[in-house]
Amino acid sequence: MWSFFHRLASPKHFYLFANRIIPWLGWSTLITFIIGTYLGLFVAPTDYQQGESYRIIYIHVPAAWMSMFVYMIMAIAGGIGLIWKMKMADIIASSAAPLGAAFTILALITGSLWGKPMWGTWWIWDARLTSELILLFLYLGFIALQSAIEDRRTAANACAILALVGVVNIPIIHYSVEWWNTLHQGPTVTRFGKSAMATSMLIPLLTMFLAFKLYFGTTLLMRARVEILERERDTTWMKKMIMGSDK
Amino acid sequence: MTNSSLSKAFIAIIKRDLTLALRTRSEIANPLIFFVIIVSLFPLAVSPEPELLKTMAPGVIWVAALLSTMLSLDSIFRSDFEDGSLEQMLLSPHPMPILVLGKIIAHWLVSGLPLIFLAPLLGVLLFLPYDAMPALLATLALGTPVLSLVGAIGVALTVGLRRGGVLLSLLVLPLYIPVLIFASNAIATAAADMSIKGQLYFLAAMFALALTLAPLATAAALRISLR
Repeated sequence: MWSFFHRLASPKHFYLFANRIIPWLGWSTLITFIIGTYLGLFVAPTDYQQGESYRIIYIHVPAAWMSMFVYMIMAIAGGIGLIWKMKMADIIASSAAPLGAAFTILALITGSLWGKPMWGTWWIWDARLTSELILLFLYLGFIALQSAIEDRRTAANACAILALVGVVNIPIIHYSVEWWNTLHQGPTVTRFGKSAMATSMLIPLLTMFLAFKLYFGTTLLMRARVEILERERDTTWMKKMIMGSDK
Repeated sequence: MTNSSLSKAFIAIIKRDLTLALRTRSEIANPLIFFVIIVSLFPLAVSPEPELLKTMAPGVIWVAALLSTMLSLDSIFRSDFEDGSLEQMLLSPHPMPILVLGKIIAHWLVSGLPLIFLAPLLGVLLFLPYDAMPALLATLALGTPVLSLVGAIGVALTVGLRRGGVLLSLLVLPLYIPVLIFASNAIATAAADMSIKGQLYFLAAMFALALTLAPLATAAALRISLR
């Protein structure tokens, strides 16, 4: 069991492992997406207050969850890379950042699309929207720092520190924004309590959540694979493997 | 190596940085002038209406303080990085976080402290009620050290880059948001004659957190930048 994880720390084994597992993950992503979309659009009942437009939560809520989750992954991988100097952890952290930023943008866009019929405006300075926007800034800072430093190892370590600083800050930012919001305009937004949600609406949501997770896993592995190809292009195992596949 | 030699080194660093800053006075003055100019732009851009300016004043003063701190941040490590004294500090037997803290304190004395003296003047310009002045001073006293401490992490990460300036603001400004929220809200609350204890406690807590953690992160970031 442990030796499996230890071997994954080497780019070569990770590469081969990714090659094997990506098709499985990819197909299960597609299938869960189809099931989740079908359940969300056709099976889930219409909300008595919000009508059909609530259905966007099947994209919005998983994307918002993922945006936080990916930042945690990034920070944990960054920390591992910083402490144990593991190359694969650096690769994971740097491959995760654009994905997390994409999830955050998706959450923001779907949020404002949902806001138009619900609140009558595209944007509202709601606590969760605002902290999501700040999270996007944090992601963009991470990506900008990464692309500004040429040496890969330095870039990975510097970004890891930034991600860890961000993780300490995210709760502070989140609560300060929430607090600011309640002082300024009061709780205006009707929210979905988790327990208040009907099971028939919850199951499609969880399916979509699983689909998002699988999608993240697939794309993360694909991005990591590309990153390995770029970094390890001068090693013998890579040359052998590429030459071998040419035959 | 004893404790006394560490405290000597700590004080020596502060003295050195202060002397260096006082020798190049324009570096101290420019961010302050920038601070005043930004604040005076708002009445010109929005409206000279006293009522409107009164409600905007806390936010405007704090945003200007944030931006002028950003402008002066680069000077914490830049010149020391260029002439190699930063490497000497890393090689010294003293713990890097303490030395970094000394540099941050010197930076705050040069860039944060003058803001506190200038701010009441700007408050008058923006018709901030006199009741809110103590709150303005208190939030600046608690908040600007946090700006210097958190900003130092960003500078340490970008000091090795040729064009770190814009990148620095991208990294650091999102992290400044909590300070901005609590500080400007405290001033607005004080102007409405309500208690601001809660906000001040939050600012103090952020100060304590930044004071303990930021030097460690800055030292780690410097080690990476100097590799």
